[in-house]
Amino acid sequence: MATTLTGSGVSPGTGYAPAHLLTGSIPEPPKGAVHDGDAAAEKARVQAALEEVAADLEARGERAGGEAAEVLSAQAMMARDPGLADGVGELVDAGVSGDRAVYEAFGAYRDLLAAAGGYLGERVADLDDIRDRAVARLTGAPMPGVPVDAAEPYVLVARDLAPADTALLDRNLVAAFVTEDGGPTSHTAILARAMGVPAVVGCAGATALVQGTLLLVDGATGEVVIEPEPAAAQAAVAAARARAEALSGTTGPGATADGHPVPLLANVGGPKDLEAALANGAEGVGLYRTEFLFLDRADAPTEEEQQAAYRAVFDAFPGGRVVVRTLDAGADKPLAFLPPPGEEPNPALGERGLRMFRRYPDMMAAQLGALARAAEGTEAIPYVMAPMVATVAEAAWFADACHAAGLETAGIMIEVPSAALRAHDLAKVVDFFSVGTNDLTQYAMAADRQVAGVSDLQDPWHPAVLDLIALAAGAAGAAGKGCGVCGEAGADPVLACVLVGLGVTSLSMGSPALPWVRASLARHTLDQCRAAADAARSAPGASEAKEAARACLTGLGDLGL
Amino acid sequence: MPQRRLIVEAEVGLHARPAATFVQTATRSPAEVTLAKGDGAPVNAKSILSVLALDVKKGDAITISTDGDGAEELLDELASIAGAP
Repeated sequence: MATTLTGSGVSPGTGYAPAHLLTGSIPEPPKGAVHDGDAAAEKARVQAALEEVAADLEARGERAGGEAAEVLSAQAMMARDPGLADGVGELVDAGVSGDRAVYEAFGAYRDLLAAAGGYLGERVADLDDIRDRAVARLTGAPMPGVPVDAAEPYVLVARDLAPADTALLDRNLVAAFVTEDGGPTSHTAILARAMGVPAVVGCAGATALVQGTLLLVDGATGEVVIEPEPAAAQAAVAAARARAEALSGTTGPGATADGHPVPLLANVGGPKDLEAALANGAEGVGLYRTEFLFLDRADAPTEEEQQAAYRAVFDAFPGGRVVVRTLDAGADKPLAFLPPPGEEPNPALGERGLRMFRRYPDMMAAQLGALARAAEGTEAIPYVMAPMVATVAEAAWFADACHAAGLETAGIMIEVPSAALRAHDLAKVVDFFSVGTNDLTQYAMAADRQVAGVSDLQDPWHPAVLDLIALAAGAAGAAGKGCGVCGEAGADPVLACVLVGLGVTSLSMGSPALPWVRASLARHTLDQCRAAADAARSAPGASEAKEAARACLTGLGDLGL
Repeated sequence: MPQRRLIVEAEVGLHARPAATFVQTATRSPAEVTLAKGDGAPVNAKSILSVLALDVKKGDAITISTDGDGAEELLDELASIAGAP
């Protein structure tokens, strides 16, 4: 009987492949570490380690072929560098331990390359990789890093994944993600949905798995089966593929089984995400995260640059709506050119979102101006909304600025509980709402999205969160205005039905989730959705709410959900 | 000591592929081979890291030096690598 680990399934699909454990970075060998006195033996040991690293890089290059072969063979040359060997030799002769000597000898070149910047600066990562591999060999630590050149697909297992870990991942090689930490709004979850890779997060015991163990990962149920019966595992993967085909059978605009329309929109971070949005049948954009255009830059983008980036997205959806969120800087997404006024003990509760615009009104004027010009002559229907609105005064200030700039449809995100509670007043001063369920959950449950220990509280299924969404959707409906959801909750095909039942009028999500949500809505009537919403809100907790809703949603089985 | 002075013509300078080919060629010689940029101090031409760290760009003047048997032939070969557009 195979053992099973269980976590939260956050990105549906089934993956079956060997585990690749992503270890943390290799720790720096302690300063002042010395060897046992035999310098010649220590130098030979280092030389052998560097040669093994070089040979391994070359072998991987030969397997990969093409450009990768060239890059890896250049890396192998670095590992065999005679200047580096001299540097290590001098340090070891002076008594420094081999691993520390490698670290310091690389450091000298690292500084030179980093100072040069440009192409050479980019080689620093290559150098660090060689150094870490050599140090790992000398200390017996497991090899670091994501296997970018693996020959076979693997299940990536980690404590949690940082953006830097995942930049180089190849969708075709990643069968699934399993992380020990993280909740439904963790980076891993968002990335997995964006890539369309099955994922299980918050999976206790994951990091204790043995490298190479075969895993069957179910990204819907959250089950990770260790060394499953191969025939059963292959059958599960085949069934998942069949479900995927069932999914692609539901096409067209989003609607419930009885024809109640629910526009299905895509969350995008820039023009690069449009292809996936269109491929998955998005009817427009429900969340254009403009800050993603501007992360990692020292200076503010010009209005022309902004205008071009906005226009590209407008042009992709003639006749469709494109909801642009103004810069959401601060907290976990600091922008260098919009510095917070000082150290904030809790950035999530600090000057972020619209609050930043109150400090930098010129930045808001520039962004709204660029948006208004980008919108001129476009066939898309531009919507503009502000993040982190807490009061009616803030909402009115923003909506007035949008209207004055010539942007007709101005809305706000509902992500602060005060905004949901006073939605009936806010609905009088803005043109639409969009619920950001990630932050709304974080603030309603007082559970920081970046703290793994409270990940069970960061679940939008908590009835308190559903109540707040119901308040916002109800107030918008009473005022004849729309209330969308653009948080991760909208990407959950079960919760999507509940949201529609709560009165939400459109759903926006990472593009790969669109077919799932479309298929799920198409299998349920509006009445079923309302019954599921009532059942969920009557439950005492998140897991009971999910169970109660599922019981009302009889078409989920078709989709293997 | 036999030397060659020349201007680097490759678009990428003495980085990437030209640097790798240059270092591989220098490494074949048993003799000491050095490379200097402008009037700077010479570095070991068999060390890819030292060669890269010189940050030789298109249009920079370099000096290649070596000694011993076949020095002239090696210098010709290295100069043609470094001088290739």
